Amino acid sequence: MSESTTKTQQISLSKGINLGLRRALEDDPKVLLMGEDIGKLGGVFRVTDGLQKDFGEARVVDTPLAESGIVGTAVGLALAGYRPVVEIQFDGFVYPAFDQIVTQVAKMRARALGKVSMPIVIRIPFGGGIGAVEHHSESPEAYFAMTAGLRVVAASNPVEAYWMIQQAIASDDPVIFFEPKRRYWDKAELDPTATPYPLYASRVVRPGTDATLVAYGPMVKTCLEAAAAAADEGRSLEVIDLRTLSPLDLEPVYASVRKTGRLITVHEASVFLGMGAEIAAKVTEKCFYSLEAPVLRVGAPHTPYPPSRVEEEFLPDLDRVLDAVDRAFAF
Amino acid sequence: MVTSRKGAGGKTAAKKKAGATNPDLVQLLTPEGDLVEHPEYSIDLTPEEYRGLYRDMVLVRRIDAEGTALQRQGELGLWAPLLGQEAAQVGSGRAQTAEDYAFPTYREHGVAWCRDVDPVNLLGMFRGVNNGGWDPNEKNFHLYTIVIGSQTLHATGYAMGMQRDGREGAVIAYFGDGASSQGDVNEAFVFASVNNAPVVFFCQNNQWAISEPNERQFRVPLYQRAAGFGFPGVRVDGNDVLACLAVTRAALEHARSGNGPMLVEAFTYRMGAHTTTDDPTRYRSADELEEWKAKDPIMRMRAFLENSKNADEAFFKEVDDEADAVAADIRARCVAMTDPQPISIFDHVYAEPHPLMDEERAEYGAYWESFEGAH
Repeated sequence: MSESTTKTQQISLSKGINLGLRRALEDDPKVLLMGEDIGKLGGVFRVTDGLQKDFGEARVVDTPLAESGIVGTAVGLALAGYRPVVEIQFDGFVYPAFDQIVTQVAKMRARALGKVSMPIVIRIPFGGGIGAVEHHSESPEAYFAMTAGLRVVAASNPVEAYWMIQQAIASDDPVIFFEPKRRYWDKAELDPTATPYPLYASRVVRPGTDATLVAYGPMVKTCLEAAAAAADEGRSLEVIDLRTLSPLDLEPVYASVRKTGRLITVHEASVFLGMGAEIAAKVTEKCFYSLEAPVLRVGAPHTPYPPSRVEEEFLPDLDRVLDAVDRAFAF
Repeated sequence: MVTSRKGAGGKTAAKKKAGATNPDLVQLLTPEGDLVEHPEYSIDLTPEEYRGLYRDMVLVRRIDAEGTALQRQGELGLWAPLLGQEAAQVGSGRAQTAEDYAFPTYREHGVAWCRDVDPVNLLGMFRGVNNGGWDPNEKNFHLYTIVIGSQTLHATGYAMGMQRDGREGAVIAYFGDGASSQGDVNEAFVFASVNNAPVVFFCQNNQWAISEPNERQFRVPLYQRAAGFGFPGVRVDGNDVLACLAVTRAALEHARSGNGPMLVEAFTYRMGAHTTTDDPTRYRSADELEEWKAKDPIMRMRAFLENSKNADEAFFKEVDDEADAVAADIRARCVAMTDPQPISIFDHVYAEPHPLMDEERAEYGAYWESFEGAH
């Protein structure tokens, strides 16, 4: 373990992933990174900055610009005993690889009756809020969460990102790893000697008593801000960071709803058939008699992601979340 | 076409010059069963090895016919026949060593045979008792892949892994003429080329992608496409088992020796249907089929064995009897294949526990069990 991974330090979310990748590369010679521009450039978000310099071109591989090819060759490398960590440059560019991910990566183990594993991590910067052009701000998580055989997780802050990427790489199942690109530059204190939270578990990040907010990825911060604002108005909101979208860990959500009686789900993806729909259905089934109001969902309209000059109106923000809270109390 | 010299005996009989045969098509055995020379590729086998190739092709054809029959009798939901492609598969299959690794489509029953995969394994998916079913690493033969062309990328990635580990052997990726239109196949060419990966792309151009002829798929002969990706391509007579063996051996050796990928286009013909749900009479002529029947891979090998006195009637009878026995054995074991337990659909989806799997398995299990004793 190098000094940089034992010392408490202030890091950004992108640095958290960078350090997590570095540790994984150090710990297991079978781990290799693949993607477009991840070498000398360090990735378009610099998440892999310096890794090729330290681990060489064979471990940190600049690939041709072909997403299906990146994931498809990762399948072969996994079959040959490697643990490929693939970077998809932007959410909207994962679609050319969608076929390989859902028809091959997800099903290979079941088709082989458990005789082979697919220990592949597919990193995807996702979500909007950075003023990008189209196809650079999408929230495709529900496509992957819907596919059996894949695991889907989303980090929300630098410390989680550091641990979760290492845990995802250690998993023998394929993991779709969503990184909230608008939070890449957020900072937090990392203690690399701490014991990490389990990967496939949701987590209460702010306790409260009056209503529950469930979010993941970039919207966790928005919900925490909403809870702080609500506290000023005398309302106590509990905030849960879902962290894992498949498997979905709803036990802490059920416990919270039984306490608060109100639930609002928040994500950037469209409300229609989004993760919030599944959560609402499950909570209604499990906590029907505890609910004081219907489960409300905050998310995007059922439209393509808009031009960036109107994305602030499109994306859920503190006001939209608090408005939903008000509606929940109006029942 | 060279003149036939039927009756010319002995495997030492002088080979003929390729003469007027297509210079772009590697051929070592004419449709009449005569050996011909090629400037780059040659083959010199023992009589036993020649007989072995014939035996393989006959058995594979019989296994395939049994698959079709089992489908017609309702024992399989579907079958993808290889009739006509025995030489391409046996030739390329026998070119492989134990260290090599094959990535098939869903029609490589002959390659599976050469890799010593139990033919009954191939039937499971078509019967509907599993979606793959075997351990790919046991015989270095990957699961059948139905999505067209996906496996060429898996093969390339696997070859990149072999290369990293300095492992012996090379990878061979099978695909069809239709798959050459897929992005994945072309991406596999790019990845293999820039990584100098030890992979042979083996295209069985059987002329038809279901009902789409070659003219609907490409304007440049397939083997020539390799040049644009920076590696060699060669077209071989796919109904000539000797040429397929010689060319694939050379291609695998090329890959193993660190020279990177190679494309082999086996120019052949699917004499049967695409699958048992297909009706080729709707899109191709009887004349075309007749023309290709004259190039039958098994008949020409038999003619060679007879002409060269490398086999006698007793041998042919023995092979036919063996084919009958293999077919009977497959049939018995196919119909004995039991349906999976419904609850088993939850098995092997994930390597590690997954709460939703566990929850649904428990729910479905309880539901199914609730019917016990109700009847």
